[in-house]
Amino acid sequence: MTNVNYEPIIGLEIHIQLLTRSKIFCSCSAQFGGVPNTQVCPVCLGMPGVLPVLNQNVVEYALKLGLATDCEINPRAQFARKNYFYPDLPKGYQISQFEQPFCQNGKIDIEMGDFVRSVRLTRIHAEEDAGKSMHAEAYVGTDETLVDVNRCGVPLLELVTEPDIRSPEEAAFFLIHLRQLVRYLGICDGNMEEASLRCDANISLRPRGETGLGTKTELKNMNSFSHVESALNYEISRQYQMLSSGEKIEQETRMWNVDRGITESMRSKEFSHDYRYFPDPDLVPVVVDDDWIERVRRDLPELPLQRKKRFIKEYALPEYDAKILTEDRAIADFFEAVAIKVKDKKAASNWVMGEVLRCLKEKKCNIDELRLEADSLVEIIQLIESGTINSKIAKSVFNDVIESGDSPKKIVKEKGLMQITDHDAIEKAIDQVLQAHPDEVDAFRGGKDKLMGFFVGQVMRATDGKANPKSVNVLIRKKLSGS
Amino acid sequence: MSISIHKVEKIARLAKLSFSQKEKENFTDQFNQILTFMEKLNELDTETVEPTTHVLDLQNAMRGDTSKTGLSQDEALDNAPRSKSGFFSVPKVLDKQ
Repeated sequence: MTNVNYEPIIGLEIHIQLLTRSKIFCSCSAQFGGVPNTQVCPVCLGMPGVLPVLNQNVVEYALKLGLATDCEINPRAQFARKNYFYPDLPKGYQISQFEQPFCQNGKIDIEMGDFVRSVRLTRIHAEEDAGKSMHAEAYVGTDETLVDVNRCGVPLLELVTEPDIRSPEEAAFFLIHLRQLVRYLGICDGNMEEASLRCDANISLRPRGETGLGTKTELKNMNSFSHVESALNYEISRQYQMLSSGEKIEQETRMWNVDRGITESMRSKEFSHDYRYFPDPDLVPVVVDDDWIERVRRDLPELPLQRKKRFIKEYALPEYDAKILTEDRAIADFFEAVAIKVKDKKAASNWVMGEVLRCLKEKKCNIDELRLEADSLVEIIQLIESGTINSKIAKSVFNDVIESGDSPKKIVKEKGLMQITDHDAIEKAIDQVLQAHPDEVDAFRGGKDKLMGFFVGQVMRATDGKANPKSVNVLIRKKLSGS
Repeated sequence: MSISIHKVEKIARLAKLSFSQKEKENFTDQFNQILTFMEKLNELDTETVEPTTHVLDLQNAMRGDTSKTGLSQDEALDNAPRSKSGFFSVPKVLDKQ
């Protein structure tokens, strides 16, 4: 580390695109990826004389996130106009919240291995997204910019943290945690690459031991967790080099250039806005009473941390298992559907963490897209528990289920995969193997114990993997030490 | 507070409007008249009055989260001075270089 004398001070601003059906102030579809300018109406096109009407679910989602992050809910919230001029903003102002956001003074704790970093949240407010400008694509002329208004008015929550984060790694952990949270709450799909989560970061350095704050820069254009980490790391070394050679940091906005791996200054004049915020007279205040708050609180799902603790307690799982299994709500649901039906909870955990997650990774899909019902996995585990198949065969049955969608029982029956537990049959196979390998038998008797594995392997092969490996072990040892 | 002709020119530039010298002088006078009229309001003591952002005593005007089809692409682009392949076409924006 070059910067042992300096401490990074980091705050994040995160835009969360909400999974509502319609836009925040009109009934146009909020879906991503439509044909340009087909999800528009006079309201989101900014025609004169139209009136925006607030989507109730936006308030509900803001309250959900606020309650899940220990925020105070403002009893009275208000929308404000943020004025700036850009072609993807037809009205000439963005409807946002300024003095009275929905939520403020919250907190998110992130586990960093051996310590917990508590990050305070300044506020969570709702606002509308802008449209999309196209500059660089091939079909755009050199003298023009093309604008698609579909995204204009899609609801966002903006979450702002206090400068409580102390390393790029913590920033990435914070984002991973937040992404998990919004997905559990079902308010956002959490996809950074498709920009449903967008993160800007403020960063400054200060000499260790000091309490004041240095001059910060604002970093933009980071569209993955690793970009956020890399951009912050780059900015730390850039600021460190400037400070240690006596230079002054300029307060400015810098863009992360992923190809060059550096942050670049934007011409700061363009971004020194005076937004002239004022309360939007078109939108009346939102009054959130205790009944509303309690109703949303009651409907909150079990959150990742609570669920992890419950998994450890209820299913006697190691902390590691519980953590992996609760990372994604759908995975946790799947595990739980299996675990309640089988005796061996740890086996259920092993299967989900092992084969199921491996499959999802290979196929790059979600668990609900996989051809695997929880009940099929239950069946496989029960087939092992009852001794019908061994665990090696179980894995091939699992793969068959994924490919064919058939039930495990049917596959085992049709392919004749039942475990051979009949000692006579196993002994017969062992005799054949021992006869075929007299040299190895002598070597084993001479003390080369490692050959045990070789014999077991040969017997398993001779029985198409269907022999019970435990019985094979016992019987071989018995035979070789016997006569 | 009074408005100078430079201020009028700046506002016109921001609004992308151009005026003759005579019009600008005219606007300068009119702006100043309006401001003088507004100054009158400052004579009122509003120390104990709650700030009002809305003239109606309404709250929680909301709609359910249902979506419906709005305008067609042709309709949406109908008023645009220029459009291309379904997009609005505007003079080039210098974004990031």
